[in-house]
Amino acid sequence: MSAPTELLNVQIDGVWYQFKKGTRVIEACAQAGKFIPHYCYHPKLSSPGNCRMCLIEMGMPKTGPDRKPELGADGKPVISWIPRPQISCAQDITEGMGVRTDSSLVRECRHGVMEFLLINHPLDCPICDQAGECHLQEYSVEYGTAGSRFLEEKVKKPKRVELGPRVTLDDERCILCSRCIRFMKEIAHDDVLGFASRGSHTYLTAHPGKRLDSNYSLNTVDICPVGALTSTDFRFKMRVWFLKETKSICTSCATGCNTIVGSRENVIYRQTPRENDAVNSAWMCDYGRLNIHYVNSPDRLKFPQVREAQGLANVSWKTALAKAGEELKQFQRNSVAVVASAKMTNEELWLTKKLIDSLGTVYHDVVPRAGQADQLLMSADRNPNTLGAQLFGITSEYPGSKLREMTEKIASGEIRAVVALGEDLTQIGLAESDLKKLTALIVVGILPNETTRNASVLLPACAFSEKRGTMINIKGRLQRLNHATLAPGEARDDWEIIRDLLQQLTGSNGIYLIDDVFKEIAETIPEMTGLSFGRIGDHGVQLVEESEDAQPVAMTV
Amino acid sequence: MAYTISRPKLNFAEKVYLPAIITGLGITIRHFINIVTGKTKVTMQYPEEKWDKKLPPYYRGAPTLVKDEYGRERCVACQLCEFICPPRAITIHAGEIPEKDRWRKVEKFPKEFEIDMIRCIYCGLCEEVCPEQAIFLRKDYAITGLTRQEMVHNKEKLYELGGVMTGLVYKWNDKK
Repeated sequence: MSAPTELLNVQIDGVWYQFKKGTRVIEACAQAGKFIPHYCYHPKLSSPGNCRMCLIEMGMPKTGPDRKPELGADGKPVISWIPRPQISCAQDITEGMGVRTDSSLVRECRHGVMEFLLINHPLDCPICDQAGECHLQEYSVEYGTAGSRFLEEKVKKPKRVELGPRVTLDDERCILCSRCIRFMKEIAHDDVLGFASRGSHTYLTAHPGKRLDSNYSLNTVDICPVGALTSTDFRFKMRVWFLKETKSICTSCATGCNTIVGSRENVIYRQTPRENDAVNSAWMCDYGRLNIHYVNSPDRLKFPQVREAQGLANVSWKTALAKAGEELKQFQRNSVAVVASAKMTNEELWLTKKLIDSLGTVYHDVVPRAGQADQLLMSADRNPNTLGAQLFGITSEYPGSKLREMTEKIASGEIRAVVALGEDLTQIGLAESDLKKLTALIVVGILPNETTRNASVLLPACAFSEKRGTMINIKGRLQRLNHATLAPGEARDDWEIIRDLLQQLTGSNGIYLIDDVFKEIAETIPEMTGLSFGRIGDHGVQLVEESEDAQPVAMTV
Repeated sequence: MAYTISRPKLNFAEKVYLPAIITGLGITIRHFINIVTGKTKVTMQYPEEKWDKKLPPYYRGAPTLVKDEYGRERCVACQLCEFICPPRAITIHAGEIPEKDRWRKVEKFPKEFEIDMIRCIYCGLCEEVCPEQAIFLRKDYAITGLTRQEMVHNKEKLYELGGVMTGLVYKWNDKK
């Protein structure tokens, strides 16, 4: 056990508080409930102290001739105030320090700094994507003046600059806070941004011959306090005040970064990271962030279909499920295979396991997706819930190890029926002709592919933003997906589809809500004892203790 | 608790009603004569006769989009009108002005701009909220159509109704 951190006494607006040593003044004030406006300060980055918005009055304890602090009538040190205002973001607290966050000098300073910042700032809020979540707008209302006293011409700077493939820069809007520069240097370790020129002509740019093409470049857009850096993907798509924000998690790799899904009228417009120090700090990668557009695809499967003489025909859910049940009942135990997906939620996987058990087949596995891991957030496992699939016994320690045997048996005709849950069978080495050989191919999916086109029963399901559920990330953290948009057409929640398939085989099972499924899991799986959707919360729950030498999930393809 | 209302004291003439009835009848007969002799006119023969000339300057007719004297569409698709619109009659889809355009500095324009005139309640909040002086309630009041689709004014229709508005603020000039 290390020694407890030393606590220091600090007076903020006349009240004495105690904070841990090493706290920055602006953080101490925030902990005391005093908000200090700021632009360049970011809790995850270093403090250059260049925006000057966080000016406060500061004082140090007065010392007497004996070099000891003088005590006032209340027994507390007397503070001698520094006549000049100080910035609060680049200074750690010291013993006996005094801070005034709302004196007339401080108010005047904020007013003055705001006026300086707005001198060259264009008045283009109506077209600026940041409008609505812009700190310059917010503080302008709070600390700014209604009109400008600046009569001269504003400085012209480059506009609509493509800094990289995903980021567009408007230098006129930039207030030179250097957050993006520091992010790229300190977090992304790809030092490509910097300031050029001097004085009021200073502008942000990429170093000569460099581009902002890091896989983490869009985080600079998030932390930009103004509209200088904007996402090329989101540019002019939707004003931010229309977006409904739903807390969710990214499903593009096993890291499971916490996100906020921004949607309006059932269309997802953007995905931004949500702070969770146990998973992704405040960042996420561009790959995961932009991997949302398939949800809005016009090709989405919308209606349950069954194969008839002329091909696939739209039918009601009842008919499709009855047909699927009828087909599954025909086959002997090991002539059915279940190809599940590690992109499914725990609830879906749990029901899938029950389906597998009632079918009695030994042929079940998930499809592994391997990629290149980076040193930051991206995991080599591109499936968001491999651990869940392992925990429920859908797959073994080596995901995908059974697939070869399965494909061989499908090709040889030994396996005559396949339940494909969210996976394209041509991706695991089956040819279209192999699929045609199958007597029954029950497919649950969201987008058309070779497998859905050859299905005997096609059941349209939900994308990640259209369902609730839980997933376990690579570090064993149980996290929650939330419902942000509605599924297109008649598409149904995956867990409902699998439950209904199960009911076709085993009769009613009394599961009506996804909470019922989770309750069943929590009662059976020891790791999840006592948990519920509510208990998991927005930041997830660690199921197994994290350890440095934990074996990463083995990948075989 | 029950309480007593103090009643006015009526004199004899008031108590018998008749004088008041006769006075009232007199007023009715005067109006009758004035209308029959054409002295007063209360019915406007719409649509042969229109009241366009009598509309006050602040009259709120159909919302329209306007262009400035350079032919530039003033709307920049900020969607504030869409946000403020109480019956949610406005739908906007924004686009980006290409780099080669004369008005490239504006960057953004409405690719689609629709006002559903079945929904519109002529409140004028869109005009009030517009930061670009692009949307105005003009004096058109006879907005009709045979189908619901016809009652949705698209961008072309809105500019046709709105026309050109001069003498406004020019904030997108190069020097500003």
